[in-house]
Amino acid sequence: MDLENKCCCGGENKEKAQIDEILSKYVGKKGALIPVLQEIQALYNYLPKDILEYVAEKMNIPISQIYGLVTFYSQFHLNPRGRNIIRVCQGTACHVRGGKVILQAIEKQLGIKAGHTTEDLRFTLETIACVGACGLAPVMQINEDTHGRLTTEKLSAILDRYK
Amino acid sequence: MQHIRAHVLVCAGTGCKSAGSKEVELAFQREIKAQGLADEVMVVETGCHGFCEYGPLVIVYPEGTFYSRVTAEDVPEIVESHLLKGRMVERLLYHEPMTHEMIPKYSDINFYKKQHRLVLAHCGTINPEQIEEYIAVGGYEGLGKALTLMTPEEVVEEVKKSGLRGRGGGGFPTGLKWSFAKQSVNDKKYVICNADEGDPGAFMDRSVLEGDPHKILEGMAICGYAIGADEGYIYVRAEYPLAIKRLRVAIEQAEAMGFLGENIFSSGFNFQIHIKEGAGAFVCGEETALMASIEGKRGMPRPRPPFPAVSGLWGKPTNINNVETFANVPQIIVNGADWYCQFGTEKSKGTKVFALTGKINNTGLAEVPMGITMREIIYDIGGGINNGKKFKAVQIGGPSGGCLPEELLDLPIDYDSLTAVGAMMGSGGLVVMDEDTCMVDVAKFFLNFTQSESCGKCTPCREGTKRMLEILTRITEGQGREGDIELLENMAKNIKETALCGLGQTAPNPVLSTLKYFRNEYEAHIKEKRCPAGVCEKMAVYTITDKCKGCGLCAKTCPVKAISGTLKQQHVIDQAICIKCGACMSVCPFKAITKG
Repeated sequence: MDLENKCCCGGENKEKAQIDEILSKYVGKKGALIPVLQEIQALYNYLPKDILEYVAEKMNIPISQIYGLVTFYSQFHLNPRGRNIIRVCQGTACHVRGGKVILQAIEKQLGIKAGHTTEDLRFTLETIACVGACGLAPVMQINEDTHGRLTTEKLSAILDRYK
Repeated sequence: MQHIRAHVLVCAGTGCKSAGSKEVELAFQREIKAQGLADEVMVVETGCHGFCEYGPLVIVYPEGTFYSRVTAEDVPEIVESHLLKGRMVERLLYHEPMTHEMIPKYSDINFYKKQHRLVLAHCGTINPEQIEEYIAVGGYEGLGKALTLMTPEEVVEEVKKSGLRGRGGGGFPTGLKWSFAKQSVNDKKYVICNADEGDPGAFMDRSVLEGDPHKILEGMAICGYAIGADEGYIYVRAEYPLAIKRLRVAIEQAEAMGFLGENIFSSGFNFQIHIKEGAGAFVCGEETALMASIEGKRGMPRPRPPFPAVSGLWGKPTNINNVETFANVPQIIVNGADWYCQFGTEKSKGTKVFALTGKINNTGLAEVPMGITMREIIYDIGGGINNGKKFKAVQIGGPSGGCLPEELLDLPIDYDSLTAVGAMMGSGGLVVMDEDTCMVDVAKFFLNFTQSESCGKCTPCREGTKRMLEILTRITEGQGREGDIELLENMAKNIKETALCGLGQTAPNPVLSTLKYFRNEYEAHIKEKRCPAGVCEKMAVYTITDKCKGCGLCAKTCPVKAISGTLKQQHVIDQAICIKCGACMSVCPFKAITKG
């Protein structure tokens, strides 16, 4: 889909304007691609294919190079994501304090495996190597909140807070 | 004039915040106002105190009373009893885990008593979002001294003389690194601060960034002056949102005050600092990969030479140090190299911050002089192993480090002694493991980490770690073969010698060190098909003991019908059918099923 030639009725043009605004901040700056993609992802929660094609054209970077970059970094996503992102820590400290059990319990409760999103787009479940809150192990992050000293009993109440 | 008679310090580090310190702070403000104390008691939000296990932490000055695990509900009592009537709230004081002794004062707690806080000196005592507080404790004095009283050569010499070595992993002498970048002739040079703290189990850099961000800016500016750079980057993990926020605030304030920007201290020296957010790749902690990432490329390492000091960011001479290294610089300049040299051992000067985690009573950050023994850290500062279990091993240095057994607890820790026993300082993560930890599982855990973080550029790392992981996996699943140990050793040696970057070269360390010190555990897995710690699920043997009342719940739950028995009589598990799922154990109302 080519956004440039898409017409009229609001949707596409508004999107294009938002992307243009992001791009305009980085004109002439070196190493801009990663921050640009980070901002776009903050907008959409993921990186839609048509938007990436538009960015490739505007920044004059081959789409293959953008694809290579996006698939290299774990922060970038090519598929829609849930409204709430759960990251269960599987770092060393969490590992020795039962982080795996927490992950299994959440997987069971949500009915999805790590790396997947619930059908209603409420949650995306991921693992993370370390959030650096080892004193509170086992921990997980939901969006920007860190929840520590987890037990399987606490999980339902915590998840209920995120709609 | 307004007279503040008491300060209430509320920790706002990530650990305490997630334990609810923001609510505690708001409750204090509300309650103090309600009691009419707003003119005489001040509430201060501080950075991390490092004692995360007991958060949220509240310290009341001038007495220095240390309250742990404070909740918003406790606040009215503290305000009324302590701040109004002058009586401590005893139930919230800290108790030593070994002796159960009550310790009211911050400075008397064993966790802090043995520490020597240079890098963390101001973490937890100043408000990190107020530059005035940093200046009040001597901040930017080092930069001022360097710019107005010293030549760049003298700065490099001083850092060389101090013996400071890189705190991020390798332990390369910092002054020497600076001198290489200084010698490179170019009209443009860069300073980079590596804040991509990716080692699982390490969070000291996060604490400094969140608790004392100006110290990093000052260290970087001094470095910029010394090597002749006018621009710096801080490459920080996106997983550290609070650190990023505080750095942004700090840069803005430093620019407004003229500590960053043009013509700093009227010396003609210009320096500006940018923040680059990492995008989630462990390998970007490697310096050449990190620079590729700043340039907007895939963060993959390249062969060295040329070293960054010759050709670094955008092909320009670049000096990279990590957060803790830069945090040491201002005080070396202010107090001099001779002062700094009094701490530490002959070849490792100064202090090191360790992140104590795992099966230990006092998890948190401990800054100690180099040369201290592991036993002092784990037992005196860390308060020993929790739940009265037996110590088994301590893992040091993250995925690149090794596991050390009890025999080595009295080893004085410095860069060289650790390398000699097959571990490394790394970033300083210390994960303590007790008798319930399986060392083969731990080795598998680390290899799984490095394997999934391998960038895939060089074959030894990409293929080698994958094959090693396969072997470890089969060992933990009871499929280990005769000769697997030798095969692992052989592969580890080859990967170490041939991988392109530090990630691959050190990836086999956890396997090698566990093989060296805990070989019997590997042998038990392979020869006896048994996991001595009872961790490896696939090898577990579930048995029903005589506590069984014969309710039949387990038999109903078992997905493969491996359990049989008549009602009201002890049931049995057919080991040939059992798939070790553990479902029976979790449903048994009488705790009659054991795993071994």
